[in-house]
Amino acid sequence: MSDPVTQFADAIRSAADGKRPLNIRGGGSKTFYGNPTIGETLDVTTYRGIIEYEPTELVITARAGTPLADIEAAMREQGQMLGFEPPHFGGNATLGGCIAAGLSGPRRPYAGSARDFVLGLRLLDGRGSDLHFGGQVMKNVAGYDVSRLITGSLGTLGVILEVSLKALPLPPSELTLCREQTQCEALALMNEWAGKPLPITATCHVDGRMYVRLAGATPAVHSALAKLGGETLADGATFWRELRDQRHAFFAGESPLWRVSLPSIAPELQMSGAQLIEWGGALRWLRSDSDAMSIRKAARNGDGHATRFRGGDPRSGAFHPLPSPMLKLHKRVKQAMDPAGIFNPGRLYTDF
Amino acid sequence: MSAPVHAIPVDFERQRAVCAALRAFMPEHGVLFEREDVTPYECDGLSAYRQVPMVVVLPENEEQVCAILETCYALRVPVTARGAGTGLSGGALPLGNGVLLSMAKLMKIVALDPLARTARVQPGVRNLSISEAAAPHGLYYAPDPSSQIACSIGGNVAENSGGVHCLKYGLTVHNVLKLRVATIEGEIIEVGGGGLDAAGYDLLALMTGSEGLLGVVTEITVKLLPRPECAQVVLAAFDDVATAGQAVANVIAAGIIPAGMEMMDQPAILAVEPFVNAGYPTDAAGILLCESDGTREEVADEISRIERIMEDSGAHLVRVSRDESERLRFWAGRKAAFPAVGRLSPDYYCMDGTIPRKRLAEVLRGITEMEKKYELRCANVFHAGDGNLHPLILYDANDRRQLQNAEDFGAEILKLCIDVGGTITGEHGVGVEKIDSMCVQFNSAELETFHALKHAFDEHALLNPGKAVPTLHRCAEFGRMHVHSGAEKFPELPRF
Repeated sequence: MSDPVTQFADAIRSAADGKRPLNIRGGGSKTFYGNPTIGETLDVTTYRGIIEYEPTELVITARAGTPLADIEAAMREQGQMLGFEPPHFGGNATLGGCIAAGLSGPRRPYAGSARDFVLGLRLLDGRGSDLHFGGQVMKNVAGYDVSRLITGSLGTLGVILEVSLKALPLPPSELTLCREQTQCEALALMNEWAGKPLPITATCHVDGRMYVRLAGATPAVHSALAKLGGETLADGATFWRELRDQRHAFFAGESPLWRVSLPSIAPELQMSGAQLIEWGGALRWLRSDSDAMSIRKAARNGDGHATRFRGGDPRSGAFHPLPSPMLKLHKRVKQAMDPAGIFNPGRLYTDF
Repeated sequence: MSAPVHAIPVDFERQRAVCAALRAFMPEHGVLFEREDVTPYECDGLSAYRQVPMVVVLPENEEQVCAILETCYALRVPVTARGAGTGLSGGALPLGNGVLLSMAKLMKIVALDPLARTARVQPGVRNLSISEAAAPHGLYYAPDPSSQIACSIGGNVAENSGGVHCLKYGLTVHNVLKLRVATIEGEIIEVGGGGLDAAGYDLLALMTGSEGLLGVVTEITVKLLPRPECAQVVLAAFDDVATAGQAVANVIAAGIIPAGMEMMDQPAILAVEPFVNAGYPTDAAGILLCESDGTREEVADEISRIERIMEDSGAHLVRVSRDESERLRFWAGRKAAFPAVGRLSPDYYCMDGTIPRKRLAEVLRGITEMEKKYELRCANVFHAGDGNLHPLILYDANDRRQLQNAEDFGAEILKLCIDVGGTITGEHGVGVEKIDSMCVQFNSAELETFHALKHAFDEHALLNPGKAVPTLHRCAEFGRMHVHSGAEKFPELPRF
């Protein structure tokens, strides 16, 4: 039997010849995310394993099918972590799916997003060509930044084979403080504190309480706690993990879940339904039966965008509609990478 | 880098037609074509390459930028955008049959929001002036390329510029939130967003570092960071560079991400010390500068650990900056490295490869061998934290043999960088300078992908053609040239 990469490339070439769509699949933990797609499943989990991990170079390179949990365990052993704190959702999350979805967790505004940590990747394009972009070094400006373009493209531009990510050290000390606060007060504090040199690595407001994670050198964390005040949460790590994976009670139940990305200083979102604020105010989760149009209008008016993350009316696309020059450009970029249009058609936008 | 200035004869008829079309909406003083008016634009920071542009146009607002591009698109005239012209890879080298689009007059800071920690600026704004405007609010813009007093933020976006604080604070791509971009058709698109992400593909990342080949940036929203409470630097001296390289790895292994981590080898130290009296030990084979910034508690904790790691790693001298003036003095030497080396030789050629740090000793040994082979000296400064090496090759441009040797020396260093798993450019960009080395780093399928993406944005290849990505034909010629070394390079191409 040939190796997985040859098999994937053969499958791509045959699909491209017959214009038959392929549904690229890793661990299947994020199948709910984006629009439904069609096509024969291309399972990439057979291509797995860490290829190279050099803690002192701050770089880890692994195959797309590697479980995210394996990568994080290997890094934890060396006192390191993935700085963007990616969500696992179902628990079967793979590295390839993590980068294809491009989602980041609570640490995102303070350390960077999934694409910020991508240093390079190897992928198969729509012709089955085996391509490398970026590399395993921190600074690299040779050629267009295709690796970061691929991040978050939901498999519509290519089959990710391998990814190199920048690693960060685990903070020596971490604690979570918690205060009673209205949403409005929490938004003001999150923005005010973000402008000060404080070791904050996560923020959240839900059910009238504001949570702030402090992390870094032990004396710095304690001094920040004294400055900011509030009670410390006994099991902060669990709180942030449940928030990251949407296992917090806010995410339970069937009502549609909207992800609204806004400037951090945007005022409270005037929409019916419960809200949870993350990312220093830049991310608002909304449980609401309001129609997609009015939610998107509110997001647009606030200089942001709204994603129908889970549930809701599938007739409204998952992602915020693009203005026409942008849509035109997206189709051309798709055409450049996947001329036969076989990768996850419709997953991002129904037009391509 | 080689060959004398090559002057493409000006097509006066074409020049008249382009000027007339531009003057339909541009004021007279904003369209230049007289030889003495356009000559100042003949090169950027890589002055070995020169070409006088056919026309220079100086828009003062976004509408004019769009109208200029629309006009050039209609007339099929190639356009090269230029910021402050400080780039080191010839990315803003004009075309003899093209329009040089200077963004220098778009120099307003449109808005600065201290609570949101963002600044909305025009592309001609100088990098440092953003931090100066943010300073009263205790904020700053993190990427600090060495040319920050002069370079423009638009140019920084085009090149994805770095600086000495990249390992901790990232490159331009990590610090830009949104761009307004004029397409070659003269349409405005917005990439990125008001929040921390945007719907659709990450065109913000694709646009950053695209060297003016995909669009012209007309407005940039950057992220501002709180100024760290304090900073301190450790100076450590070593008997050999391999030990210094290991010390860097030991700092990282201890879980420290320094705000800055710089290395200089002995030739660089010997050039700098008499020039600035930074207090560097001239007997050292290499020195490290390792900076910590943050809250007082963080810095105190990190500095004491860094000091101990340097000692344990075999440094024969370790000094911690006692106050701000000493910290600045330690840095002054590093910051003066290029001009100091420039005093030793009529010319120097600055390279910009990035390597996995663990291969440093091997790469420096390779460079020492090349010094003998090409009979030229080389001083090395190194952004050690992120593996970005700047070998400075000393030569005399008036000696044609030295000029050729310097160029070959540089190309061989870049090849070595690729061989050890690195890249030909960490922060200066490809431009015209490293376009042949792109053929070594990327295979033809990868280069075709770049061309396909370029085509998606600019189907007639009017935006800065000939830069950043070589044609496959050029690479084929380059490959052949390697076989028949000594043959004249690309006789069909103009060299300047």
